[in-house]
Amino acid sequence: MTERQDAVSTPRDEPARDASVTEALPPGPQSQAGAASGGAGDLPVPAVTFGSADGPALRKRRRSGGSKVRSLLKHAGLISFGFVMLYPLLWMLSSSIKPNALIFRDPSLLPTELDLSNYTVGWNALLHPFSHYLMNSFIIVLGSVLGNLMSCSLAAYAFARLKFKGRPIWFAIMLMSIMLPIHVVIVPQYILFSQLEWINTFLPLIVPKLLATDAFFIFLMVQFFRGIPKELDEAARIDGAGHARIFFRIMLPLATPALATTAIFTFIWTWNDFFSQLIFLTNPDMYTVPVALRTFVDSTGESSWGSLFAMSIVSLIPIFLVFLFGQKYLVKGIATTGIK
Amino acid sequence: MSALGELAALRKTKGTKDTLSPSERGDNKAAIFFLAPWFIGLGLITAGPLLASLYLSFTDYSLLEAPSWIGVENYLRMLDDPRLHNSLVVTFTYVFVSVPLQLAAALALAMVLDRGLRGLAIYRSVYYLPSLLGGSVAIAILWRQIFGTNGLVNQVLALVGLEGPGWVSHPDYALGTLMILNVWTFGAPMIIFLAGLRQIPEMYYEASSIDGAGRVRKFVSITLPLLTPIIFFNLVLQVIGAFQAFTQAFVVSGGGGGPADSTLFYTLYLYQNGFRSFDMGYASAMAWLLLVIIAALTAANFFFSKYWVFYND
Repeated sequence: MTERQDAVSTPRDEPARDASVTEALPPGPQSQAGAASGGAGDLPVPAVTFGSADGPALRKRRRSGGSKVRSLLKHAGLISFGFVMLYPLLWMLSSSIKPNALIFRDPSLLPTELDLSNYTVGWNALLHPFSHYLMNSFIIVLGSVLGNLMSCSLAAYAFARLKFKGRPIWFAIMLMSIMLPIHVVIVPQYILFSQLEWINTFLPLIVPKLLATDAFFIFLMVQFFRGIPKELDEAARIDGAGHARIFFRIMLPLATPALATTAIFTFIWTWNDFFSQLIFLTNPDMYTVPVALRTFVDSTGESSWGSLFAMSIVSLIPIFLVFLFGQKYLVKGIATTGIK
Repeated sequence: MSALGELAALRKTKGTKDTLSPSERGDNKAAIFFLAPWFIGLGLITAGPLLASLYLSFTDYSLLEAPSWIGVENYLRMLDDPRLHNSLVVTFTYVFVSVPLQLAAALALAMVLDRGLRGLAIYRSVYYLPSLLGGSVAIAILWRQIFGTNGLVNQVLALVGLEGPGWVSHPDYALGTLMILNVWTFGAPMIIFLAGLRQIPEMYYEASSIDGAGRVRKFVSITLPLLTPIIFFNLVLQVIGAFQAFTQAFVVSGGGGGPADSTLFYTLYLYQNGFRSFDMGYASAMAWLLLVIIAALTAANFFFSKYWVFYND
């Protein structure tokens, strides 16, 4: 299972035919194309363009009169469906610039009266200005991203390239730890961190990432490393390079897409994470965006939905930006591994 | 190959020994270096706490004094804790209603989007966006308003002359609103389905066209069987994920799991026991029950998969 990759044509050599993310990525547990692509689930090394995923060249489009109408109807249906799906989000955006009273009367998207004060009120509604919580979240996100990039890529290199005693067993343990719910270990973790006096610091949220506890990303990078031709490191080995050198000079630079996927998902997960931040951060000075928002709900009740919405929008902006600029990697990451 | 596939493959190859070439014999040392962070994390953050919570589940522990051994008392207490039973019912209902609906939506949309559609990338992004945002507190807040007494849903209903209840404050409907939220995030499984559909060789469809098969026939006889591994994969993932839902229920219910415990997810009740009452022993016992349930669900999925999942190898 692990050696088959040697014979595999690397993604690099593949003609850029469809170039869709999915092309190189057998999606499921046992893809039908598994045999053909050995290093199954490898992310393609060359950056492929997101837009070409339609694969227009591969699929014939019939263009007779009747099907044209049908295609128009289909698009109309898909667009309306998308509109309905996004309506709550758009409505929240528009409500955040409406006067409070209108939020409970006006289901439309276009505000009849503009009121930007929700943002200024919301920004200062809690103990600290909202920027304080944004900063706290960013610190944790930054630490988590760096931690995951370093620790997971190191471990992935060992699993993908090194032969060591008990590798299959350790690998199986790593895979199983992906499915371990955090709720199962949160109590002893809390006890450990409180004995270390780490509660109400960012350490319980960052240090585990430095220790590769997000095993999911190890797996993602193992998949990617396996797709990098072994000849490259063998050549380097003959030239006298050690593993550290091969790792830093060959594997990491080639693994940029996998690193990007890891960084993006870590960003989004950490930014959205509520459970562990709620548990480890109880001092308002240390609150992150989700915990602060939640306090906001409790403290204001129904009276200031406008400013609550305004801050909710603010909290979603970073994710939205990551989504806009990182789509390519997001789609690849999900298609390879099935994460959200 | 997915993590699940890797595990299955490992099981198959059990017994074959890694043969070490001379140049690779020195890898043990290097491996220790590369794996050091992971080993430490496994010991201190994952496996250690896992075992510790097993021990704690047999104790009475409130953080203030040392844990005192009480045997299986926590487990006996679980047997007649009506709130716990209720939380299991709530969680199972949530999982078994919303996950199939979510996957059905994901598959339906993937089918529609698969046919070399113009603008596919845009549709895919739009439908995927809720999956990224769905777990956030902000969206939970939005949900609380949308389904509130004077919320968006009731405003729209009022336009057609209907008067809706306060959905999130009504014990019969509150859980439903959370299910809708879960279905709303069908984008992630949809993308996995799209990837799976792309793997089905076009020639199967061409051959069946020659044989005169219609759309329905093609879907039932080609698409569905060849897609079962991906359906299975999505099912395992989404069931595990849905079982751990927390944020939405916490925010929508204001932390209490109400109204009338109707949104008291298992994780929420665990949180209340562990971090509100600081009943760490009982929370640990609950944690282990959670682990057993998730393992059992996953195992059951694997077991039943051989009756309906088609592997083409």
